[in-house]
Amino acid sequence: MSNHTDSNPVLISADEIKPASPELETVRKKLASATGKRYWRTVQELADEPAFGELLQREFPRGAGEWLDPVSRRNFLKLAGASMALAGLAGCTRQPIEQILPYVRQPEYLVPGKPIFFATAMPFSDYALPLLVETHEYRPTKVEGNPQHGASMGATDLFAQASILDLYDPDRSVNITYKGEPRPWGEFLGSIRGRVLYHNANKGAGLRFLTRATASPTFGSQMAAIQQTFPQSKWHRWQPVHRDGARAGSKMAFGAYYDPIYKFDAADVVVSLDGDFLSGSWFPGFVRYARDFMSRRKDPDKGMNRLYVAETCPTTTGAKADHKIPVRNSELEHIARALAAKVGVAGAGGGQINADQQKWVDAAAADLMQHKGKSIVVPGVFHTPALCALAHAMNAALGNAGQTVTYIDPVEIAPVEHLQSIRELVDDINAGKVETLIIIDGNPVYDVPVDLGFGDALKKVVTSENGMIVQLAIYNNETSEYATWHVPMAHYLESWGDTRSFDGAVTLMQPMIAPLYGGKSANEIIAIFTDQPDSSGYDMLRAYWRSQHTGDDFEAWWRRSLHDGYIANSVFPAKQVTARLGAVPPPPAVDPNAIEIIFRPDPTIFDGAYNNNGWLQETPKPLSRGTWDNVAYISPNMANEFGFFVLETDGIATSDSQKNVNADHQSDSQNVIEITLDGRKVKVPAWPQPGHPDQAVSLFLGYGRKKTGTVGAGAGYDAYSVRPMTSQYVGSGSIQLTKDHWDIAITQGHFTMDTREPVKAASLQQYLDNKQFAHNPEEEPKEADSLYPDFRQKGWYKANAWGMAIDLNSCVGCQACSVACYAENNISVVGKYQVQRGREMMWIRIDTYYAGDPANPSVYFQPLPCMQCENAPCEGVCPVGATVHSTEGLNDMVYNRCVGTRYCSNNCPYKVRRFNFLLFADYTTPVLKLMRNPDVTVRSRGVMEKCTYCIQRITAARINAEEQNRYTEGRIDIRDGEIKTACQQACPADAIIFGDINDPNSRVAQLKAQPRNYSVLSEVNTRPRTTYLAAVNNPNPELEKA
Amino acid sequence: MATKIDDEIDVLPPKGVRPPIIGPGQTLGTVTDRIGGIVLAKHTPVFWFLIVALCVALFGMLNTAIAYLLGRGVGIWGVNIPVGWGFAIVNFVWWIGIGHAGTLISAILLLFKQGWRTSINRFAEAMTLFAVMQAGLFPLLHTGRPWLAAYWLFPIPLTMGVWPQFRSPLIWDVFAVSTYFTVSFLFWGIGLIPDFATLRDSAKTLLVRRIYGMLAMGWRGSAKHWNRYETAYMLLAGLATPLVLSVHSVVSLDFAVAVVPGWHTTFFPPYFVAGAIFSGFAMVLMLAIPFRYLYGMQDFITLRHLQNCAKLMLATGLIVAYSYSMEMFIGWYSNDKFELGLVHNRLHGPYSHYYFVLIFCNIIAPQSLWLNKVRSTPWILFIVSMIVQTGMWLERFVIVVLSLNRDFLPSSWGMYWWTKWDMMTLIGTMGFFTLLFFLFIRFMPAISISELRGLLPQSKVKE
Amino acid sequence: MPQLFHRSANTLARASILGVVLLLTGVAAALFQLQRSPYVTRQHEVLDQPIPFSHKHHVSGLGLDCRYCHTSVEESSFAGIPPTKTCMNCHAEMWTSAPLLDPLRASFRTGQSIHWNRVHDLPDYVYFNHSIHIAKGVGCYSCHGPVDQMPLMYEENSLQMEWCLNCHREPEKFLRPKEEVFNMTYHQPTPAHPVEWDGKQYYSQVLLGDDLKQQYHVRTVADITSCSTCHR
Repeated sequence: MSNHTDSNPVLISADEIKPASPELETVRKKLASATGKRYWRTVQELADEPAFGELLQREFPRGAGEWLDPVSRRNFLKLAGASMALAGLAGCTRQPIEQILPYVRQPEYLVPGKPIFFATAMPFSDYALPLLVETHEYRPTKVEGNPQHGASMGATDLFAQASILDLYDPDRSVNITYKGEPRPWGEFLGSIRGRVLYHNANKGAGLRFLTRATASPTFGSQMAAIQQTFPQSKWHRWQPVHRDGARAGSKMAFGAYYDPIYKFDAADVVVSLDGDFLSGSWFPGFVRYARDFMSRRKDPDKGMNRLYVAETCPTTTGAKADHKIPVRNSELEHIARALAAKVGVAGAGGGQINADQQKWVDAAAADLMQHKGKSIVVPGVFHTPALCALAHAMNAALGNAGQTVTYIDPVEIAPVEHLQSIRELVDDINAGKVETLIIIDGNPVYDVPVDLGFGDALKKVVTSENGMIVQLAIYNNETSEYATWHVPMAHYLESWGDTRSFDGAVTLMQPMIAPLYGGKSANEIIAIFTDQPDSSGYDMLRAYWRSQHTGDDFEAWWRRSLHDGYIANSVFPAKQVTARLGAVPPPPAVDPNAIEIIFRPDPTIFDGAYNNNGWLQETPKPLSRGTWDNVAYISPNMANEFGFFVLETDGIATSDSQKNVNADHQSDSQNVIEITLDGRKVKVPAWPQPGHPDQAVSLFLGYGRKKTGTVGAGAGYDAYSVRPMTSQYVGSGSIQLTKDHWDIAITQGHFTMDTREPVKAASLQQYLDNKQFAHNPEEEPKEADSLYPDFRQKGWYKANAWGMAIDLNSCVGCQACSVACYAENNISVVGKYQVQRGREMMWIRIDTYYAGDPANPSVYFQPLPCMQCENAPCEGVCPVGATVHSTEGLNDMVYNRCVGTRYCSNNCPYKVRRFNFLLFADYTTPVLKLMRNPDVTVRSRGVMEKCTYCIQRITAARINAEEQNRYTEGRIDIRDGEIKTACQQACPADAIIFGDINDPNSRVAQLKAQPRNYSVLSEVNTRPRTTYLAAVNNPNPELEKA
Repeated sequence: MATKIDDEIDVLPPKGVRPPIIGPGQTLGTVTDRIGGIVLAKHTPVFWFLIVALCVALFGMLNTAIAYLLGRGVGIWGVNIPVGWGFAIVNFVWWIGIGHAGTLISAILLLFKQGWRTSINRFAEAMTLFAVMQAGLFPLLHTGRPWLAAYWLFPIPLTMGVWPQFRSPLIWDVFAVSTYFTVSFLFWGIGLIPDFATLRDSAKTLLVRRIYGMLAMGWRGSAKHWNRYETAYMLLAGLATPLVLSVHSVVSLDFAVAVVPGWHTTFFPPYFVAGAIFSGFAMVLMLAIPFRYLYGMQDFITLRHLQNCAKLMLATGLIVAYSYSMEMFIGWYSNDKFELGLVHNRLHGPYSHYYFVLIFCNIIAPQSLWLNKVRSTPWILFIVSMIVQTGMWLERFVIVVLSLNRDFLPSSWGMYWWTKWDMMTLIGTMGFFTLLFFLFIRFMPAISISELRGLLPQSKVKE
Repeated sequence: MPQLFHRSANTLARASILGVVLLLTGVAAALFQLQRSPYVTRQHEVLDQPIPFSHKHHVSGLGLDCRYCHTSVEESSFAGIPPTKTCMNCHAEMWTSAPLLDPLRASFRTGQSIHWNRVHDLPDYVYFNHSIHIAKGVGCYSCHGPVDQMPLMYEENSLQMEWCLNCHREPEKFLRPKEEVFNMTYHQPTPAHPVEWDGKQYYSQVLLGDDLKQQYHVRTVADITSCSTCHR
């Protein structure tokens, strides 16, 4: 592989090289000079100024593959930086004179240097995640969950964490364009007004709206109003990762659409039929569910719940299962039927299943029967209506309905089945019935099933003499090409609005900052059609809720709701519904030879919406640890048959030579296979995924974009190009081998624990027999045996001593912590090429280990931040003392002192240190400056960096406590939980607990007192402050015996 | 002037008779003329220009690599996490090691009154200096920001009010290496004084005489001068002797102090010193053999010298071989999972072929030196030395990379691939080294005239 | 043969040895001084400002408290530079036509900030926090010097790390009672001028400082010299 022997990136042409240009200076000044409210306006002005637009254009030239080596772009500045640093020798440089630009009128509640938090919510799919957003001088810098809200409980998923980067993304669309030409807002308004008048005349015939699914009451009311004024108009919904199957299933079972709400904390037994409720937000309520489910696995002594999973494409949910069977998509329904029959669902009728599956079904069924009313059957959201209906029926039969499963009206406004809806639209277009099409958000040309030929349809509209397509979108995407009018959309952090969380509670959205790029919100666009052009998002929102909350306490109520971020007691009431299993169509027979092509949203890019987000691109996929690409999962058996390399999953690598040379590459060369489905072909790099069913391939949506920003350009293959029309998430096709190879970038080369056992695991029984199983006395050194300075002797650790405990039982490997760390600590994105070189910057990584039979292995996740060793190998070897022990037991990392010998990293047994091999940090992009956390240094080239337990948060809390004069017996009295590290705060499963180990009552101290608590590589005697609670699973003794 | 090069001398004398340490028929005059001649000759030989031209080219390449490094950072190299150290450190240790033979020959052999040292000590010392200069480059370069060296190398009272951390072996290096360089330099310089005087006196043009005159520092060869000279020389020899052992011991601590399996061993110092002398003598031979051939110095650098060097190589080579076996044995004997892992990684890991080549170069190939035939055939010796030199470089590569690429947690195991910039730097330093050496041959007496005279039969006092 | 060198060469040679030594030490000393020199630190250097604001006039003249303008000094890391509005509170009434204040009025009119030149400017990797220093009884004077005597603002101290460490390594030498923090005329206790605090007379700073350290829970020297105290 040539790229292994050359790290010289393509040097860029001189004209691309720019020092911070004078315009940028003015931009900075303008921003700085503005006052609170004024600040918003200023940015808007800037954004309106064409200068700013083209400035951005020039600063961020759209060029494919730039991120193959992101740093090349800033060559010039690096050289400049080097020479400057040369001058910096011995600190003999004079500091340049900087300026202070105070406010003109300072908003009274703003204290410069202190962050303010605002409550808002992030719409995702057809529901929302309630958030608190940290702002510095009105610049949103960090997203947290809203702890008061049941849907979040303070936690978030990785998409919410990364959304902050989307907000500032310089690749966002910046101009209103008419057929590609920039136009002012006024002109757009005029043109649309014309349309409105025209459609007023014809009652809205030919007027169509296409949006993603939404849960916004205000938007709903607007659409209703439009139905009034334009009775002929139609509102279509499309989002590629829809839940049509679940919808239809609910209709099948209840005769109407309902959303199931699960109470995992009340369930002793959970059977998941490919319901990946522990994987990501595409399963509504994931954040809350992870918390609830794991609350039953935190203390084995109090007993644990049990999870059975039958799944197709391996997910983190399967990884956490006590009993998992990999099954092919077509087998799943048979299993469901067999299970249903056993738990007494009438009319289910058994399916044909094989012996293993029978065993699994029997055990699961028995368990379910023993826990009637205290169990849950979770259907997958990407599966057939029948499967979902069966699950509903089972929950009814088991008496879970009303206990552990409740049903509410759908959160989605006027829910539809998306495939149906989009098909109607296309039919109408082809029938020439559509004149005006308003596309709000989304990217249909890219993600609508190819059979529908959506692009061609749009062309028809645009080319027809009276056709107009209006697109409101955050990015210039594939669809923009077809739009008559393209309007930049405001990011959710820039706009007023409302939406509902998965449980129906209304969450209010308020802007943190005025639209950076002059974006408009969906409400504002729709308002044009309801004759309220130029009415602000806020007015509409308030007006709507005024109409909902009549009563003279409105002001107070409104203020409180805005402050809390949600409207109290607005959770949807549970419906009394009974599942009637009517005519469930018989399951299609399983064809053992057919190869199933499974389609799933990408774990980090979702449906492509986050394609241009560097943090998410660089976040490894939970199971394959791949970045910057999507691969196709195949089973290890298939890989064997094809003669591809297979991941080692057990013991010390048996054939260490060829295979592991391969597996050791950060850049792993994968064989490319060609998938054929209904005559359409796509070439994809194969990845042998342990635990993947045979005779099946899993493809991931969201990559292979033809038109996207500089980050996402050129990454991955386009799974939409073969996605079938009928059953959207699975099709049967064929595989051809090709000669091609594709280098992917993976952050972990070895998935076997070798002999090192970083993860200690046991079954519940083993744990009860020997609670000390995680400890090996003869391996663990005594207190005395160490040559390191004894800091306790020196009287350190007396005041506060910080520590962390990570519960391996709870971690679902969702990576929210990793992304949160990017946002909190200004971590740089390095790009695919540098990841291949083993230079990713992730401060807290999640190691993934496989053990046992590759066909169905046990999977372990281990989040690994800096261990903050008390005997820190890194400290002794640094020649400048840039990493030193603090009196609170942290390994301080002093970036400005570091010279970059990399000795500390070599000597770190956990390899948690990250090095700026090149100038990875972007010092040149103005908007990104607004995004950075001002409390954390931005690291330059040649500097080592690592996790510091969010020292900035510790310091802030300490100073706060000291100023409030809080002291108890010599310690500064920082309340337990007052400091939350970014990873801890983001974690949905509450797996990471940080605190003061000197305080015996602190959660962390109590966790560390548990017998399960152990430290990784304890035999090296580093005495880490970060310790782990060993994994204990709860297998069914029956199955164990068998 | 006996300008005829008599290659017959390379024919082995009858059994039991060791070759002389100075060819027959040499007189005070011939010695001076032959050796001084190289420097004062009217016409510099063509091969000299060719070699120097090539070296200058390589030197240019080195500077290019360095310039680009300073501009972009160490990311242009192959280093990564987990393998944070790559070529830079490998080359550093390698060059330092090469440096050792010089001081050993000049100091220790002097103290042991080994007459045969005299004709090779001069250029061996020069070699030492030049090698250490190459080595010195790398600690500066391997941070990618050498301008910071100001505060991490030396304790300088800067406004930060804090000192370097003296617990770190990297700081010990700085002192060890700089001391070593200084002493070797003085040793070499003092030794040169009488010869500069000789050159001054035999030089034709005034300018040349002036130059060598200054270098000779007014040496008149009076008894007083000689007396002081001998004393100073002896004293320095005494000073230099411990350095031969100390420098590479300290360098080895860069590794031994760490917890990394494969580094964390107590026997590194002797192991490294032996290795250093091993490669040092290999380098002496690699320089001496071409030198005596090109300049017809067979009379002064005789088979006797080559044989002795070869024997020393063999001896140190055996120590090195022992060290390798110990590494493996301890790895197995300790029964420590990480040490076992290391053994496994070396024998079966992705880099195992590096390890086996290393074994061939440093253990198998040198065994040929048991044969007198090999020890007495310059061109074979030359090849063996080259193999050993390669082997010693590989040894450092194995120690640095094979220990880091699979240390503790399998999740962070990774590979290291050198880049063209790594290679340019390595080859560049070789060019720089050779360049310095040939400049030295051209402008300074490469063999100690004054000491050589002392060996001539006619200078032996008969009683 | 003729002499190569003049006889003075010997003396020159000897002298040169000494010369080299002197030269090196000289250069070293010069660098040592340079990095601490006002040239580098801008110590005592008066920067020209858009408006020649006189702390002397406003503080000792009019007796304004520091906190009237630097509002956030007690609660935030950043002491706060007064917004134009604050100035206008008074200057809407007085000096309304003074040309000196044109920039001020312009700013108030246009909403564009006044571009002050920063006098006390720490490197971006230093996280200094005003409020905690105030809370621990570190007087404004200790770092900013006699502001009340400065017609135009300048930097009294070098603000270099070693200077910071002077206090962080021996806080007792500098602490003062909290109520005296903003007092520009406060003097450390001496036998001649004792300081009364907590009902006690103090004749030496060390005694006072030690008690204050106790009273104000100043963390140990090891604590406040941990790198993460100022660097992150």
